[in-house]
Amino acid sequence: MATQQTRSLARFMMAPSVILLFVWMIVPLAFTLWFSFQQYNPLNPIRDGFVGFSNYALFYSNPAFLQSILNTLIIVVAVLAITVVGGILLALLLDQPMWGQGFVRILVISPFFVMPPVAALVWKNMIMHPQYGVFADIARFFGMEPIDWFGQHPLTSIIIIVAWQWLPFATLILLTALQSLDGEQKEAAEMDGAGFLSRFWYLTLPHMSRAITVVILIQTIFLLSVYAEILVTTNGGPGYASTNLPFLVYQKALLEFKIGQASAGGIIAVILANIVAFFAMRAVGKNLDK
Amino acid sequence: MARAVTTRHKTIATAAAWIAALLIFFPILYTIITSFKSEQEAIQGFSLIPSGTLESYSEVQAQSGYFKFFLNSVILSVGSTVLALVVAVPAAWSMAFSPTRRTKDILMWMLSTKMMPAVAVLFPIYLIFRDTGLLDSRIGLTIMLMLINLPIVVWMLYTYFREIPGEILEAARMDGASLWNEIIHVLTPMAVPGIASTMLLNIILAWNEAFWTIRLTTTDAAPLTAFISSFSSPQGLFWAKLSAASTLAIAPILIMGWFSQKQLVRGLTFGAVK
Repeated sequence: MATQQTRSLARFMMAPSVILLFVWMIVPLAFTLWFSFQQYNPLNPIRDGFVGFSNYALFYSNPAFLQSILNTLIIVVAVLAITVVGGILLALLLDQPMWGQGFVRILVISPFFVMPPVAALVWKNMIMHPQYGVFADIARFFGMEPIDWFGQHPLTSIIIIVAWQWLPFATLILLTALQSLDGEQKEAAEMDGAGFLSRFWYLTLPHMSRAITVVILIQTIFLLSVYAEILVTTNGGPGYASTNLPFLVYQKALLEFKIGQASAGGIIAVILANIVAFFAMRAVGKNLDK
Repeated sequence: MARAVTTRHKTIATAAAWIAALLIFFPILYTIITSFKSEQEAIQGFSLIPSGTLESYSEVQAQSGYFKFFLNSVILSVGSTVLALVVAVPAAWSMAFSPTRRTKDILMWMLSTKMMPAVAVLFPIYLIFRDTGLLDSRIGLTIMLMLINLPIVVWMLYTYFREIPGEILEAARMDGASLWNEIIHVLTPMAVPGIASTMLLNIILAWNEAFWTIRLTTTDAAPLTAFISSFSSPQGLFWAKLSAASTLAIAPILIMGWFSQKQLVRGLTFGAVK
């Protein structure tokens, strides 16, 4: 029974959030769009002006741009593969009856709460350092040559770090979904003589499918904009070997002051994110109707 | 559940789970251990037993004024969370209790703003901050963190508020309670747990935000994310100091995080997984 009065009150209560988010979304993005058609360099303003689509054309002609998009996608896909498969396995393991389950959960979830610069620097220096890292200690123990992770496999190193940060998230979400699986259904399947694999394939996996979708979508949003991990480890190098799109935009905008190119990169990033968002919204929206 | 669990099964599961958990936790554990070593010890090869010295901790404070960054992290994460709650509580409230045809669209639209990549607006925001003198200011960054987390806060509050039964509202109205009375005496007590959970998760997210906090600060407003990033160029022997600084930076949020596992699932999946 909404009266006219409560309805206008509701609108009044919603206004601050809506206005703030609207301004936050529209104003800077409009600037970026405008800059993306300009040549604009605060250090060298003589050649500034409208340049049409030439900033965007760089994405075809400049190998750094293409590589950054490729790297962005490699990071997303590789981390998703590791965390979803690993997360399912870990969730299945943690769902078993065991001693100290609460404590195990706390240990597993912890990396998620580690701020990105700490995670990246700890892995870079304590674990993967070619001289003092734990991996180097292990390699020497087995009489092997330690690997120079960030020099030779920069993108793989970053994928390992980011996957370590997100594996707990995937595990936690999938475990939550797993625990809501009806125990009686499991028992019935067991009584019917269904083995572990067929139970997993026909009962558990379909039950987790929505949680898996949610994990993939939410992680993709964050993985598209991995930044601090690259900044404090490889700084995008060697060359552009570990530069993703956000990092390239940052370099162009704040280090080289090529604002036009940076803005075009930003718009491409928005388009990429929108493709993902389209699917994300549909999945989350479905849940709202229930 | 009448499922018979053999002790053998349980033993194997326990062993496997503990090994997996310790491997995942190892980088954090090793950081904590190394923080109690001296710099010389830290590079002398793998060892899980530190000498227990606290010299790295005192050096981190003495050399770089760790406490200032810690204070900035606290101010920014708590400040932005409180600000977001002030704006979001009324919005989530009205959406949960007087929904209109457009409520769902507005919620989805809010969520979509969260999907805008930060780099896309890096330069305009940088310009706006520079020209308004907000660069490297706590106020500017607090507003920034508030804006990026606002959609999650509205969403989380909305999913909590929606679970408050509407009949209680009706009953209060029948008794002639005014709208404000209704909010203050009937609904607020039921909403407090949801607001507290939202607050906890949002402080964690703001504390760990590592794009704007690094790019929009230099010294005055720099929180721990920016401070730790300054360790990216090695300064001689710094393993123990890095470990001490890292341990201090993650400890408070790690402990908060352990208590917020449920809220985390709910908040970050926008209520899709509970």
